Amino acid sequence: MISNRPTGLLPSWRRNARKEGARVVLISTLSTIVFAGVAIWGVLSSETWPRVREQFFSARHFQEVWPAVLSGFWLDVRMFVVAEALILAAALIVAAARSLRGPVFFPIRALAVVYVDLVRGIPLLLMILVLGFGIPALDIPGVPRSALFWGVTALVISYTAYTAEIYRAGIESVHESQRMSAQSLGLTQVQALRHVLIPQAVRNVVPALLSSFVSLQKDVALVFVLGVREGVREAQIYNARTFNYTGYIAATVLFLLVSIPVARFTDWYGQRVRRRRQAMSS
Amino acid sequence: MRRVRMLGPVGFVVMALVVAACGGDTTDTTTADGAGCGVDELDLVQPGVLTVATGEPAFPPWVIDDDPTNQEGFEAAVAYAVATQLGFTPEQVTWVRTGFDEAVAPGPKDFDFNLQQYSITDERDEVVDFSVPYYVTDQALVAFADSPVAEASTVADLKGFTLGAQIGTTSLDYIEEVIAPDTPPPAYDTNSDAKSALDAGQVDALVFDLPTAYFITAVEMPDTTIVGVLEASEAQADRFGLLFADGSPLVACVNGALEALEADGTLDALAEQWLASEGEIKTITR
Repeated sequence: MISNRPTGLLPSWRRNARKEGARVVLISTLSTIVFAGVAIWGVLSSETWPRVREQFFSARHFQEVWPAVLSGFWLDVRMFVVAEALILAAALIVAAARSLRGPVFFPIRALAVVYVDLVRGIPLLLMILVLGFGIPALDIPGVPRSALFWGVTALVISYTAYTAEIYRAGIESVHESQRMSAQSLGLTQVQALRHVLIPQAVRNVVPALLSSFVSLQKDVALVFVLGVREGVREAQIYNARTFNYTGYIAATVLFLLVSIPVARFTDWYGQRVRRRRQAMSS
Repeated sequence: MRRVRMLGPVGFVVMALVVAACGGDTTDTTTADGAGCGVDELDLVQPGVLTVATGEPAFPPWVIDDDPTNQEGFEAAVAYAVATQLGFTPEQVTWVRTGFDEAVAPGPKDFDFNLQQYSITDERDEVVDFSVPYYVTDQALVAFADSPVAEASTVADLKGFTLGAQIGTTSLDYIEEVIAPDTPPPAYDTNSDAKSALDAGQVDALVFDLPTAYFITAVEMPDTTIVGVLEASEAQADRFGLLFADGSPLVACVNGALEALEADGTLDALAEQWLASEGEIKTITR
C-alpha cells in the first residue's frame, strides 16, 4: 500500500486526511471536555473534598516544603545521571557477551545468562536494602560505607540486567544475514558485534531504552529506604511531621517535569525511525 | 550527671491539662454537651467493641512480642486500662494495625483510637485529634560505647557528627532544630532501619525517645550505650497522645478516662512496670 502512494506535493489522500483530521480534533476535544468535566465534578462534589484539598494541595504547605523537596530532587537527578551512564555501558557488555556464538564462549554466555536471570528475580528494594545496610556492616577495610554509594550500586546492578535484555532484543532483531556477511568479510565475532550488529541494534531499541530511563528516573528515589534524603524522602519527612501530603505533590510535579519530555521525545523518535524505514522501503 | 526520673513530666503535664480542661474535676466522665460515656452511649467504629489500632509491627517496650492482646508492654497496657476505665471488658477490645500514613490519611478510620508513640504537635492536631498525653519522654542519644561521639557533653559537641533518627519523630526534629548538625540527618522508616545504619557505620549516633533508647541499648544492641539525655525546653518535651479521627466524639470520654488513670496513679505504675529503668545518665546540655 504504502509503496504505491502518490509522490505529488499534496497528494489527495493527505488532503482528505486534513478534513478528516479537523473532525477528529473536534470530537476528541469535546469528548475530553465532557470526561474532564464529569471527573472534576465527581471530585469536587465529594463531601470530604475540602479536607482532601487541604491535606494534598495546600498552597501554604507547598511553599513550605518546596525548597527541601527541590534540593532532594537535585540529588535524584545526579544519582540518575551517574547510574544511567554506568547502566548503558555495563548492559551493553552483558548483552554482547550473551550474543557471542560458539562453544568457546560458553562460560561467558552462561555467566551473562545467570546474571540476568538472578538479578531480574530480586526485587529492587531488597537489593538496595541488602547492599546498603548489609555490605557496610561486614566492616571490610577499604569498602565504602556510604548509603548513597550502595544505593546507586544496587540500581546499576538491577537495571543493567533489564537493559541488557533490551540490547539483546535489539541485537536479535538485526537480520542474521548481517552477522553472516560481516563474518564472510573476515570480521571476527567481536568486530562484527561492534561495527555491524550493535550500531543497528541500538537504533532499533532507542525507544525501549528511553522508556527504561523514565523508569529509572523514578526508581532512584527508592534509595530513601537507606535514609538518603532525596526528593521523595524530604516529602515523607514533611508528611510525617505535619500529616500533610502536599510534599508528595511537589515531588510528583518535579518527576513529571522530567518524565513527560522524555516520553514525548520517545514517541517522536519512534515515529521518526518508523518514517525513515518506510521511506527506505518505498 | 543526674539520675533520670522518667515519670516526673507525665504527672506535671497531665495534671496541668486536667486542671485546664476540667477545672480539676477528674471524675467527670461526660462530654461538654452532656452525652454520656457509657459503653452503649459511645459512638464507636464497631458498636459495643473498642477498636484500638497500633503499628505494624509494634515494637517493645511499647508492645511485647508484637501482640497487644496479651496486654503486655506499656501501650498495650495503657489501651486496656483506658478500655476498662470506660467500662469495656478486655474481650470487648479488638486490635487493628495501621501504618503511620494510613492512620493520618483523610477519609474514614477503622479504629476508635490509635496509639504508636504519636507525638502531639499543633500541626498534626489540625488534621487529627489527640487525647491528653499518656506519657512524656526525653530524647536520648545512642552510640557505640567506643565511638568518639560518646565523649560529647554539650549539644555543640555533636555538630560534626552524622546523627540519624526515625522519620516523623520528635527525635528527628530535635536533631534538625536543636543540634542542627553539619550533615543533614538521615531519616529512616523504622527504628530497625536506623539501627542497621548505625551497624553499617553510616551514622555516628541515633536519637530515640528514652524508653526506646533503654530497650535498644539493654536488649537489642548491647554494645551500644546511651550517651546522654538531650536537654530540651518544656515546649520541646515529647508528649505521646492517643490519635483520633478529626472531630471524633470519643476524645472527651477517653480524656476523662486518662485523667482518672493519671489521678489514681495507674499510668505511673504502668510506666514504672514497662518503661522505667535505673542508672546514671549524663545530660547533654545545650
